[in-house]
Parts: sequence; structure tokens; C-alpha cells
Amino acid sequence: MTSDIAAILAIDGIATGAIYALVAIGTVLIFTVTRVVFIPFGDIAAFTALTLAALDAKRFPGTGALVVVLACLATLIEMASLARSGELRLAPRALLFYLVLPLAVVGCAWLATRMDPPLAVRLVLALMLITPISPLLDRIVFRPIADGTVLLLLTVSVALHFALVGLGLLFFGPEGVRTEPLTSLSMEFAGVLISGQTMLIVIAALVFSGLLYLFFDFTLVGKSLRATAVNRTGSRLMGIRPARAGTIAYLLGSLMAGVSGILIAPVNTVFYDSGFLIGLKAFVGAIVGGMTSYPGAAIGAVGVGILESFASFESSALKDVIVFSLLIPILIWRSLASLHSEEEIEE
Amino acid sequence: MRKTLALVAVAVGITVAPAARADITIGFVTSLSGNGSSIGIPYGRGINAAYEYKKSVNGETVRLIQLDDGSDPSAATRNARKLVEEEKVDLLIGTATAPSTIAMAAVASELKVPMIAVSPIVKLPDTPEQWVVSVPQPASLLVKIIADRMKRDGMKNIGYIGFSDAWGDLVYNGAKAAESADGIKIQTNERYARTDTSVTAQILKVMAARPDAVLDGGSGTQGALPLLSLAERGFKGNTYGTVALVNPDFVNVGGKAAEGIQVSAGPVIVAEQLPDEHFAKKIALDFRSVYQKTHNIPTTDGFSAYSFDAWLIFANAAERALKSAKPGTIEFRAALRDAILSTKELPGVHAVYNFKQGAATGVDERSLVVVRLTGGTWKYVP
Repeated sequence: MTSDIAAILAIDGIATGAIYALVAIGTVLIFTVTRVVFIPFGDIAAFTALTLAALDAKRFPGTGALVVVLACLATLIEMASLARSGELRLAPRALLFYLVLPLAVVGCAWLATRMDPPLAVRLVLALMLITPISPLLDRIVFRPIADGTVLLLLTVSVALHFALVGLGLLFFGPEGVRTEPLTSLSMEFAGVLISGQTMLIVIAALVFSGLLYLFFDFTLVGKSLRATAVNRTGSRLMGIRPARAGTIAYLLGSLMAGVSGILIAPVNTVFYDSGFLIGLKAFVGAIVGGMTSYPGAAIGAVGVGILESFASFESSALKDVIVFSLLIPILIWRSLASLHSEEEIEE
Repeated sequence: MRKTLALVAVAVGITVAPAARADITIGFVTSLSGNGSSIGIPYGRGINAAYEYKKSVNGETVRLIQLDDGSDPSAATRNARKLVEEEKVDLLIGTATAPSTIAMAAVASELKVPMIAVSPIVKLPDTPEQWVVSVPQPASLLVKIIADRMKRDGMKNIGYIGFSDAWGDLVYNGAKAAESADGIKIQTNERYARTDTSVTAQILKVMAARPDAVLDGGSGTQGALPLLSLAERGFKGNTYGTVALVNPDFVNVGGKAAEGIQVSAGPVIVAEQLPDEHFAKKIALDFRSVYQKTHNIPTTDGFSAYSFDAWLIFANAAERALKSAKPGTIEFRAALRDAILSTKELPGVHAVYNFKQGAATGVDERSLVVVRLTGGTWKYVP
């Protein structure tokens, strides 16, 4: 291996790692607020890419149908729970959030397929279509079991991933897509060519991790989200609504996954089932960061990307084996190095 | 009560059977749903076009029964049993995925019904008599044809990159088998998974071997990924692949990077460009027009043509089998099997078929042509 090749591999690894980093940060965000390890994150990223491709081809994306179905389900569940607790006066508001808003977004997307909007509008539409999915899934699947153990939430999350992959095949079909690059810029850096797309990915990852750090440490909403993560009951006594905190976390997280999906779409063919490996490798990165630290997760995810790149060069057939084998020593090291606080205290 | 019912049923059966059983019954299974549906649906359309093309053999009407196996081998097994035991079919045709096809072949061999497989079968079921033949060109032949083309183009050092699965192995082993002292040398064996986000590292390794040409052992859309990375790294040599790459999405995704790739494929892909004396010219154009008439869409794939060829093989064999037995009988099944296994020089859309005892496929090198991607369409390169 020459230094040239090493440089190319490192850059390729950083670009791949930055994609994982975006998803990893979203994973940590949702985990710290709701204690859910949200496995379907990679799927959300893949669906964004597929949605964008459909919009580019002036087809109505399958995500629209998915959002409509989920919105109707969530509305039904919300209404039933309001009726049970005798709070039907809140019904109009719930209808607005769970039915009207998602359907309005789908309506916009449908209109867009009739017209020919510029790229920027299509990007925003794809993100808007994808963001309601996680909060709606949260309302349907996770909120009824919000006080369950981490293990229960993880199991449900894995099941949800498989359901989403099946729906993905139904809505998007078996073929992969690839979109036009967002920028055709490329620049020379120390003798190695770096494409503008790579720069975009890295910049997006840096900006988002920075923003989240600021959000959680310096805003009231961010602090209330953290409080929810530490102790649901305690934060409720302080006047924080855990349900709302969860929804905010899911919205932010989906946005991250959506952005990473849009960034992946031009550099790789995305299939309905591409999300799982992206999500899994991001999860490995998040574990390196101990599932609590955003910079830690980002650094871990970039590490996974670089490792993957060099592993493919050494032995392409064993690449994934190498990446996932590294989990074991990392987990051992993390569990020895970190002080355990007793989780799952009976409240 | 049950006894009386059974007696009535038998009596009714005896009176009805001869009337309804004067025609030949074909049981067709394909995957209209599940992960094999992207090729299973074309298979189904192909058989419908074939049925429109030829509805009777020697004055005997042909009845076609179609079932969906949902890309699931156990469903394919159930379907095959149901077709043979309840519908008393004379012949089975199927199905879209290799595991399901093997499952069906096992049933056909056990119940002694002839079967024409439309997916590749590498190994025949282990029975004393052979009941199964398979239509498609074997993968080894696909690779051999393209390896011969590399030799003809004067390529010496070949870089290989393919999927890290059975298909990647098949193409690599086929290319390895074609190596020779004066001919091509396969220098690299790089692999990637269908869901990988980047093959930069593998392509660097391929480029480091300084190959004259690169062989792509991927399939479908994701087969374009190595070509895109090669273009990015400024690779100027030739690229080669197999028919597994041929679909509209591959052309869209590959764009300029895929331009100029040469693949071995069945002649139907370039039917209109074939010379008039080519065996597949007339029949392929007939197939296209009957397909257009049946479905009101043009045919763009090679899969529907496999079903069509299966039908041609059946019709040709049935003509000879009808001389010695009546449809719906055990004797007819045996006669049909013998007739299929003695098929001689039958021109189809994909190949000239010659079946014989002990071999699953009946195609030779005439069944493949080399086509090159030029300006987004496949061009015949004799």
C-alpha cells in the first residue's frame, strides 16, 4: 500500500463514516431521550433516497402512501386514548398534528409530481415526507410501551425494522436507485482528488453534531429532553411531558436520517433494504461513543467508515466480518472503562 | 354418508373425465410476489404470450393452469403436487427462483411428470429416470462466451470484481477456467456486497494490478457500482460482464460510466439487429409481436423469452408424443418426457435446443451473442 492509496482510502472512509455519523447521532439522540435503540433508522435514510429518486422521476413516491396509512392509524389510536381518559376536548389539536399535517405534506408531494419543481424544492419535499414517519411510528408502536425495559423496546424496534423493509419492497419495488450529484465540484488536496459530494457529507455531519451539542447544552427544550432521558417520572413532576419530548427527538432524528439519505443517494445505489447495514454500522459507531455522547458517536462512526475502507482493500470478502468483529473488544473495553449506574430502577 | 359421497364423486368423475380430459394440461408456476417477483412477473407474461401464440397441438386443445409460489420453495412444492395430483397435468413448467425450481424438480421426478424448468438447474434430482430439463443458458457458458470475446479483443490481464455471493463465485470460477498460457489471466478477485455504499478500495486494488480489462461479476443495478468507481478513477480499458447486468435500471444508474461494456446475452435482447439468416431472428420477432398483442407493452427482458421457449419445446415434443399416447394418461407423460429428451435442433428465441438423457440443459454457444452498451442501448457485436 502506497501513501497515495492510503490517502484515497482514508478520504473514502471519512466520507462513508460521515454518513454513518449522521445516523449514529440520530440513534444516540433518540436513545438518550426515549431509551429506544431505533434500529429502523437506516431504513428511514434509505427511504429518503428512494423518495427523492421518485420525485426526480416525477413519480409519486411510495412514502406518501406509507405516511397516509401511518397517520390514519396514529389518529385512531390517539382518539381512542383521549376518549378513554375523557380528554376529548383535546381532539381537534390531536387531529391537526396526527392527521391534517401529515396529509398536507403528502398533498404537497402529490402536487409536485404534477409540476416540475427545482431540485431544492424536491429535496425539501423528500425531507418533509420522511420526517412524519418516525414520530407516527413512535405514537403507534413505542408510546404504549414507553415505560418498558430497554430490552423490550429494542426487541420491538428490531421487529419494526423488518416490517419497514417489507413495506419498502411493497412501496418502492426491488430495484435500486441513484440520483444526480448535488454538486459536480471537485478539488485537489495534497495530491488527492476530493469530490464536492464528499465535502458536503463531511460538512453536514460536522454541522449537525455541533448544532445538537449546542441544542442540548444551551436551550431549555434540549435540557428538558435530557431530563426525560435521566428520569421520566422525575421530569413529569417538573412539568415536562415525556411524550412531547419523545416526539421532538424522533422529529430531529428523522431529519438527520433524511439528510444522510439525501447525501448517500448520489454516491451509491440505494435499495429498499440498504438501510439495515447503514443503521447497524452507525449503531456500532454509537456504541463506541457509549450511546450517550454525540461527538463520541460521530468519531466512532467515522472510525467504522475508515476501518471499513481499509478492510475492503485488504480483503474485500471479509470486510463486514472485520468491522463487526471489532465490536467485541470495543464492548469489553467500554464495559470495563465506564462506571455502571444502575439502570432500570423501579420507579 | 361419506361412502355414498365418494361413490357419487367417482361416478361423476367417470362420466365427466373423458369429456374434459381430451386436452393437454400444462401446470405453470411462477413468482408473482415475493423477492423473485421482479423476474417472476416477466416469466408469467412470457407464458401468456406463448399460449396466445400456440393454443393447440395437432388439433388437441392445450389447457394452461397458472399458480403463484410467492418466491417460496415450500409453496412451489405444494403447487407442483396440487397440479399433478388434483389437476392431473401432463407437464410442469416453472419457476422464477432457483431454490423453488429445484424444489419443483424434486416433485416432478418423484411423481414422474415431465418438467421444463425456466430457471437454471445446476444439478438434476437423483432419480433413476430423468424427468427435468432446463431452458436457460448455464452460467458457465455465459462466462465462457465473454472470456472468448476478451481473448478475441486481445486482452491479457483481466481484473475481476463481483458480488460476494454465489453469483460472484460462478462468474469468477468461469473466468478462471478460461485462463490459458497465451490467453487471458485473471489478476484480482475483489468482492463487494449488494448493499455496500462504496467499492473505492476494491477498485484501487483492481487498478493496482494494471489490467487491460475489467470483468464485472455483479448483477442488475448494483452491478453498475464498480463501473462508476472505475470511471471516477479514470480507468480507460475495456469492461465486460454477463447478461445478469442487462436491465433498464442498470443503464440508467451506470450512465456514461457503463458506456461500452460488453456482455454475453441471449439473442432476443437484440432481436431486431440480428442478421436475417440468424436462427433466432424470425421467431424472436414473432415472439415480440405476440407479446405486444397480449400485454400491450413491448418486451424488454430476456426472462419472458425463457417461458416462450419452454412452450416451444413442449409443443414440439407433444406433436411427437401424441402419436403414441392420449393426453391425461401416465403413458402420455412418459411419451412426452421421451420426446422432450430427444429434441433435435429446435430453434427458439434464445437458443437451438438439443436435449439428451443425462444433461439438464440443451443449449450450445449459438445461444449467446455479445452485445455492447452504446448510447444507452444494447448493440449487437458479431
